[in-house]
Amino acid sequence: MESILEIQEQQSKLKMTPAATPSSVLNNFVPVSDDHKIIARDINAYFGKVQALKNISLSIPGNSVVAIIGPSGCGKSTFLRSINRMHEIIPGSKITGSLTLDGQDIYQMDAVMVRKRIGMVFQKPNPFPTMSIFDNVAAGLKMNGMRRKAPLKEIVEKSLRQAALWDEVKDSLSKGGTSLSGGQQQRLCIARTLAVNPEVILMDEPASALDPISTSKIEELIYELKKQYTIVIVTHNMQQAARVSDFTAFFYLGQLIEYDETKAIFTNPHLKQTEDYITGRFG
Amino acid sequence: MELQLHENTVTGSKQKLHTHNFGDVVFKNLLRFFAFLILALVILMAYEMYATSRLSIDKFGWHFFVTSIWDPVQKNFGALPFIYGTLVSSFIALLIALPLSLGIAIFLSEIAPPFVEKPVSFLVELLAGIPSIVYGIWGFFVMVPWLRKSIEPGLSKYFGTLPLFQGAPYGVGMLAAGIILSIMILPIITSISRDVLKAVPRSQKEAALALGSTRWEATRIALSYARSGIIGATILGLGRALGETMAVTMVIGNRPTISASLLAPSYTMASVLANEFTEATSDMYISALIEIALALFIITIIVNTFARLLVWAATKNSESFERL
Repeated sequence: MESILEIQEQQSKLKMTPAATPSSVLNNFVPVSDDHKIIARDINAYFGKVQALKNISLSIPGNSVVAIIGPSGCGKSTFLRSINRMHEIIPGSKITGSLTLDGQDIYQMDAVMVRKRIGMVFQKPNPFPTMSIFDNVAAGLKMNGMRRKAPLKEIVEKSLRQAALWDEVKDSLSKGGTSLSGGQQQRLCIARTLAVNPEVILMDEPASALDPISTSKIEELIYELKKQYTIVIVTHNMQQAARVSDFTAFFYLGQLIEYDETKAIFTNPHLKQTEDYITGRFG
Repeated sequence: MELQLHENTVTGSKQKLHTHNFGDVVFKNLLRFFAFLILALVILMAYEMYATSRLSIDKFGWHFFVTSIWDPVQKNFGALPFIYGTLVSSFIALLIALPLSLGIAIFLSEIAPPFVEKPVSFLVELLAGIPSIVYGIWGFFVMVPWLRKSIEPGLSKYFGTLPLFQGAPYGVGMLAAGIILSIMILPIITSISRDVLKAVPRSQKEAALALGSTRWEATRIALSYARSGIIGATILGLGRALGETMAVTMVIGNRPTISASLLAPSYTMASVLANEFTEATSDMYISALIEIALALFIITIIVNTFARLLVWAATKNSESFERL
């Protein structure tokens, strides 16, 4: 009897994929450095009893673009949302582990402060429909109590220029934010995020609802923004990850499978699972 | 060839018609009849009221709505005090109920956990089911004495210099009517506001939060998104207040005068109908009353239609919960 059990145990061990081993550090080829912008250590996130993230440890260097790829439901959005503490607004959610921004514990800071320093762009463009283009960009500043016209105008223009939208909307700033096309709306949302002057920008599949031309505009934008900001982007589009990012993390079933320089991930992945995913064999 | 093909399709469709179930046809037409019945009833009511009030309409014309004489003996009628009473009492009701309802709606949709939200929502909707006469009885025996003894003397003592609070504290009057109406319209404004707030897409609140807004600021974004629905809810409440009869009749004092003071007794269109239809002996008296009814009918239909349109526009595009 005992021997049979032992054999079964051994068999199940053999069947284990690398994903099942919690030692994600082994697959993590970006060493942690104290001067990195964001450092996540052993992040576990839950929705009620469902565990969405398992022991994620990931270090994000400043002024870089980190892409997070993986099939639907792998926890990539959850990880993104745990960085600016948007995960916790969902009832029944829980998170453990440590996340630091410039060495400061994000979960010890005021959530409102965290979100001012870590901006977010969503999958679907979500401008405020009752506000004009100008007011959409100024929304974050107004919430922070900025009322004077002159600096507001200045920042709105600067943000719209950064988001490569200024030339298209400079004559219609008082029009409604939803009067723009989908791609313009998304750049408006990026401008709105930039206006608050964050250090990090999280992007949750920012181009998945857009046409190819708008997508390439967003990608160019990401390339420009990298000079001033640290960007974490979740994407379903592998080519996009390859084009825009410096580092790529592959998530699967709530675990970090492999994290490396983008070039390495796409040309010479260390793990078969990663290779299978990026070559489209599963997921 | 082509012709034949055409013929074929024609016979095909005829065939289809013949194979239609007889019961289905009867059922469909029966339902159609019921639906038209409603429309016919509304039109019939409007026509009947117009026909019966012709006497008064012909005699007084537009003067009916701008004069304050209500003299059944001399058969001289003017509806202004009732119109004034209806509008002002409804306005007071809105003034009290709107902030309260909005507060409750925001609490229920944004803050309360499900185990609080469900029972409180239920209780609020229960308020809407209490018969008007019960509010009236409570108003007359509990609220009016309380107003007379505890509230109104204070109001006239400290704010008596304002025309709003002059005169003797009767208890019954415009203030009492406004308060009782506010309690009665609170459920409808609350529950519809809660629904339109819940219909605000998650992405809107998240957009606000991600910009570093506080909970209150994110709620303000949601309120601005839902504003047309909330206005609609308010106007629906107004519609209810305009037509409310029993409870108001019992606490408003029923005196057809126009007074700036909220403490003074007043009269509304609905309550004059309730009080006087049995005593209306002359044709002119009946005709004048019916004309008031017609005016009330038209006002409430306009108000309700407008409100329904706003609520409909606000909730039709509601996004469902987006999975993460």
